[in-house]
Formats: sequence, C-alpha cells, structure tokens
Amino acid sequence: MRTAIAVTVLAVLAMAVFLVAGDRNARWEGVDKAVVEKYAMAAGRPPGKPWIDADRGDILPFLFLLAGTAGGFTGGYFFRDLFRRKDGEINGAGSD
Amino acid sequence: MTVPRRGGIAFISCVAALLCFPGRAHAMHIADGILPPAWAGFWFLVAAPFLVLGMRELRIRSGREPRFKALVGLVGAAVFVLSCMPIPVPTAGSCSHPCGTGLAAILIGPGITVVVASAALLLQALFLAHGGLTTLGANLVSMGVVGAYLGSGAFLVARKVRIPWLLAAFLAGVVSDWGTYATTSFELSAALAGDGSMGSLFLPILAAFAPTQVPLGIFEGFLAAGAYRLIRTRRPELMDLPQEEGAV
Repeated sequence: MRTAIAVTVLAVLAMAVFLVAGDRNARWEGVDKAVVEKYAMAAGRPPGKPWIDADRGDILPFLFLLAGTAGGFTGGYFFRDLFRRKDGEINGAGSD
Repeated sequence: MTVPRRGGIAFISCVAALLCFPGRAHAMHIADGILPPAWAGFWFLVAAPFLVLGMRELRIRSGREPRFKALVGLVGAAVFVLSCMPIPVPTAGSCSHPCGTGLAAILIGPGITVVVASAALLLQALFLAHGGLTTLGANLVSMGVVGAYLGSGAFLVARKVRIPWLLAAFLAGVVSDWGTYATTSFELSAALAGDGSMGSLFLPILAAFAPTQVPLGIFEGFLAAGAYRLIRTRRPELMDLPQEEGAV
C-alpha cells in the first residue's frame, strides 16, 4: 500500500513538472495579477504599495532566515511539550 | 511550560519556520487600494461578529480542554502556509493557492477557523505583500468566514446523508475553495462595478478565476481528505471524535 502511494505521488509530481516545464508560453502569473489586478486596473483602482516592502535586495531572504532560525529553535526546544501523547509518550521516541 | 502556552508556541514556531519558503504569493487576496474605503469598511463590519464569536468559542473550548490550543496553533500554521503557497495549474498556465479553511473548519470548527484565518491574513498582509490591511475585512470574509462555514456545512451535510467521512472531507475542501473565490468575485464586482451592473462584472470575474481555481479546488479537496485521514487515524484524540463503527 505504501509503495503504491509513493509511486502515485512520484508519478503525479513527475507529470506536474513535465507539464509546467514543458509549457514555454505560459507566464504562470498568479490570479491576483491575471484576474484581480486586471479588473481593478480596468476600473481605475490599481493596487497600492505594500505597507512593509521587504522585497528589497536581500532583505527578504534575511527576514526568512531570521524567522526560520527562530521558529526552528522554538519548535525544537519545545518539541516534547508540543507533541506529547496523552499517555506521556513522546512521538516516535518511546517513553519520556 | 504550562499547557495553554503550547498553542501559542506551536503557531509562532510553525509560522516562523514555514516562512523559510521565500517568494511572494499570488492569488485571490485583494490588495490595498483596490476596494473603495466604503466597501473596505463594510467588509470589516461583516467580518467583525464572526471574529468575536470565534474568539469567544476559542476561549471556551481551550478552557475546557487545554490541549485544544496546540491543535489550533498547528491548524493556524497550516492555513497560513496553504493560503500563500502558489501552485502552478498547467491547464490554465497560471498560479493560485488553496485556502486551507475547509480543512481547518472540519478540524477545529468554523468559528475558530475565522480567528486563525485572521491571524494568517494579517501576517501575510504585513510581511508578504499578500493581501492588504485595508482589505483585511474583505479577505477575511471570503477566505475565513465563507470558506470555513461552507466547508464545515458541506462536511456536516455529507455526513448527515451518510457519505463516508473521507469523501465528506474532500467535499469540504472543494466547496470551501470554490466558495472563497466566488465570494472574492462578488466583492470585486460589487466594489468595481461603478455605474454598470454588478452582475455584468461578477460573471466575467468568476469565469476568469475558473480555469485556475476549478482544478485547484479539486486538489484542495484531495488535500483536505488526506490531511483529515492522517489526523483521524494517527491522532484521533486531537479531534475529539466519537468512534464510529465501520467507518471508512
């Protein structure tokens, strides 16, 4: 059963990659641009600038790095408290 | 560490860790500036009572069962990620995202889903340029309120007519996703129609969403069914489910 699921998932992923990579004419715009922004512009109401524009240079990857480090540390530090089973057993780690 | 703190820690750590996926999200959230102030305010007023009810329900349920907050935190993180995860749809040549509120609604209830959706939308508006602060009410109504209550309603009705729970969860995901985008179409057409009729704008917007969102809604159905099955079989104590005889 697990093998069948794994093969199905891999087949779907391979097909998706093939379809996405193979379509050279597609622009892969988000529907916010392709739909929402298109109708908003036509009505004379273009979207405004974001309140906090973090997408400047390497600021965004830096913020992601900070958030990932903080989140990973917090999640790891409190893992036993977050994922304790009712009987006190730790997920996948035997008894506490 | 006290048990109630786990929910907050789970949510913060999951959201922070999942922010490791860089890149802007592209989908149905309405950005700042698109809705006129009157409409933006109107949607805040519509969303407010649902948010208040959801917070009240969260307080009551987490008071009764402190472990519930941990589940809410994890579900909130899932909604955050799913609702800003762009997925290319080959049939349309464009990208969009699932909403996650259908799945959330059948796990933690539609009221509390509104609360977690509001937190997810606020973070996305502030740090990911996804949605906006002035349009938070409109986005909360479409994704949080309509997505959650439609998804939950579809699940309950399906279970009432004895549809297997796996299919019921699938329907919750599909109906929630399509309902969210239909509501976004309504919000846009109502605000942008100007002197023209709202109906003449609603259908074109809905039709423009369809090529991307019809397949993505079906994908969200599979996602909801898979996640629901996983939690139900591996951690049933999180869902407070009655044990059903002969469940699929």
